[in-house]
Amino acid sequence: MKKIYSVLVENRSGVLCKVAGLFSRRCYNIDSLAVGETDDPQVSCITIVSSGTQRTIEQIEKQLNKKLDVIKVKTFNEEQSYSRELMLVKVKYNKGNRKDILEICQMMKADIVDVSKSQMMLQIIDTPENVQKLIGQLASISIVEVARTGTLALPKCSDN
Amino acid sequence: MVKCLEQEGVSVVFGYPGVAICPFYDSILDSDIRTILIRTEQNAAHAASGYARNNGGVGVCAVTSGPGATNLITGIATAFADSIPLVCITGQVNSELLGSDVFQEADITGAVESFVKYSYLVRDVDDIPRIFKEAFHIAGTGRKGPVLIDVPIDIQNATIRNFKYPDSVNMRTYKPTLKGHAVQIAKVLKELEKAKRPIICAGGGVKLSGAEAELVAFAEKYRIPVVTTMMGIGAIPTEHPLHYGMVGNNGKAYANRAMNESDLLIVVGARVADRAVSQPDLITKNKVLVHIDVDPAEIGKNAGASIPLVGDVKHIFEDFAKQEIVCDHDDWINTLNEYRYTMKKVRITNPEYVDPERLIHTLSMKMQEDAIYVADVGQNQIWSCAYHVVRKGKFFTSGGMGTMGYSIPAAMGAKLATPEKQVVAVCGDGSFQMSMMELATMRQHGIHTKIIVLANKVLGMVREYQHFTYQDRYSVIDLTGSPDLSKIAEAYGMKYIRVEKDNQIDEKLEELLADDASVIMECVIDPDDIVR
Repeated sequence: MKKIYSVLVENRSGVLCKVAGLFSRRCYNIDSLAVGETDDPQVSCITIVSSGTQRTIEQIEKQLNKKLDVIKVKTFNEEQSYSRELMLVKVKYNKGNRKDILEICQMMKADIVDVSKSQMMLQIIDTPENVQKLIGQLASISIVEVARTGTLALPKCSDN
Repeated sequence: MVKCLEQEGVSVVFGYPGVAICPFYDSILDSDIRTILIRTEQNAAHAASGYARNNGGVGVCAVTSGPGATNLITGIATAFADSIPLVCITGQVNSELLGSDVFQEADITGAVESFVKYSYLVRDVDDIPRIFKEAFHIAGTGRKGPVLIDVPIDIQNATIRNFKYPDSVNMRTYKPTLKGHAVQIAKVLKELEKAKRPIICAGGGVKLSGAEAELVAFAEKYRIPVVTTMMGIGAIPTEHPLHYGMVGNNGKAYANRAMNESDLLIVVGARVADRAVSQPDLITKNKVLVHIDVDPAEIGKNAGASIPLVGDVKHIFEDFAKQEIVCDHDDWINTLNEYRYTMKKVRITNPEYVDPERLIHTLSMKMQEDAIYVADVGQNQIWSCAYHVVRKGKFFTSGGMGTMGYSIPAAMGAKLATPEKQVVAVCGDGSFQMSMMELATMRQHGIHTKIIVLANKVLGMVREYQHFTYQDRYSVIDLTGSPDLSKIAEAYGMKYIRVEKDNQIDEKLEELLADDASVIMECVIDPDDIVR
């Protein structure tokens, strides 16, 4: 089962290490991890996507809550949230495949952010699935390098 | 830093200085706080642990940077595994040099991350009062545990402009739940009313919460049988009629049977770890499992509880006592009494040696009623758990981590907490040699404890395991070359007593306990003797 943990932590040095260390020590998976400051500069938000059995998932939440640098843990499913990932991908192009790349970009709503005589850099901001799809589509064209942010997610808006 | 310790009412600091902690050790000279120079850093944490366990407060140790700090780690991990409250202070290199691998620099906060409840690396001298206040609060509340404060030498040398020790702690991330949820409490009592075969399994959490009296009162009120884990020994007097022994693979067969056959199992302040409950599924099958713990993460970690109840054990038992229910399980008690009678193990012993059962049982009865008994790790520990009778005293051992060499420094710490009480450390000849350097500490500081060495010239517990698992292929368990303990005793100015046969036990124990002097008592044990 896949779960997304949105973990609000004290924005201090070493906290990310403690949180990541907790996962490795207790043999929990990290599928992806993203960190950034929130609107309060003293608070950071770590978004972790993890998977495991029901018991593991409960333990992860409890163990995170036990960490003294953790302010709040929100756990949710993919359906209960919006998740996005940003990817930058550099590809080699030539006259023959240039058009294909442009078509893929249009179809996947990716933008070209940089270009040289032989390379192009594309940017996509989409669900993790669509980001993965873009990689698949570009696989036939030669990919030079890829950088991904990892999943960011927030629970859906509510009026409560 | 010293002022902070004074504000916290600290009276003893165990430690070992080095350059990086010298400013602290210089300031402490002007304080009434007593300093104990231990002989290796690991034992500073063990001694602080024995001290904390005996007086119910927080134990303090202070060592230098680098190797001093890394040597402390096993002691910290031992305290963490048993939830013992410690504040461990380590010196650190100059903060401007941090990260440059200079002499005696070790990333101690990084290294101990998985063994501490929390750690601090002090970067600003003005943070010291807040950090110390928080550290003592964190160590001694909720699920207790060690907290480490790493202080660079330049911060130790700096001056706080306006020293004011905070009156309270304000941490948005740390608010342990102490009071149990009323709905859950009512549910537990309802189940108890329905239950035909209830049982309480008491762990170390009962002792850490100081809830022994409340537990016994509750058990007596509704006549509920009690079993304990190793860490729970002493939560109820051993010979209490409702006590049915220690559970687990080294426990009493009738205690395990009682737990498995119950229809309501109330686990209190215990982790349901592998040594106590080898098959967690069994304790959830055909029964209602109530799990009471101050640490929510313990509930459901190893066994899914039917009724989780988060809170401090003492608070919860006080709340139980406020309500009245009617229940009757005399049949169950009669059954358990029968189990206790018929399933009692008869040991086969070699008359040429001292029988550990007889020795430990006699010792328990001859010791002062409120004496402190510290068991080490190995066969001596399992025998101690099985045959020591806790009356009004206390029983300490390294249960979670199983750290050899724990008993001597912990006994030393315990003795300092209550100098008027008898303190006995029971160890094997292997564990004795892991901390025998502390005999010097005992002599230097006039700390009188009785050390009983169950000597069989082998690492008995490992040998026993190799006997059963590897069909007597013994590997690296021979302690040949061990020193003559009579000469060790003499070298450290201690009395030496040797017991070779069962018929000497009474007389020699009387000699051991006759006065307050430090004694090493060597008991010759059969290397073939087993704990099973």
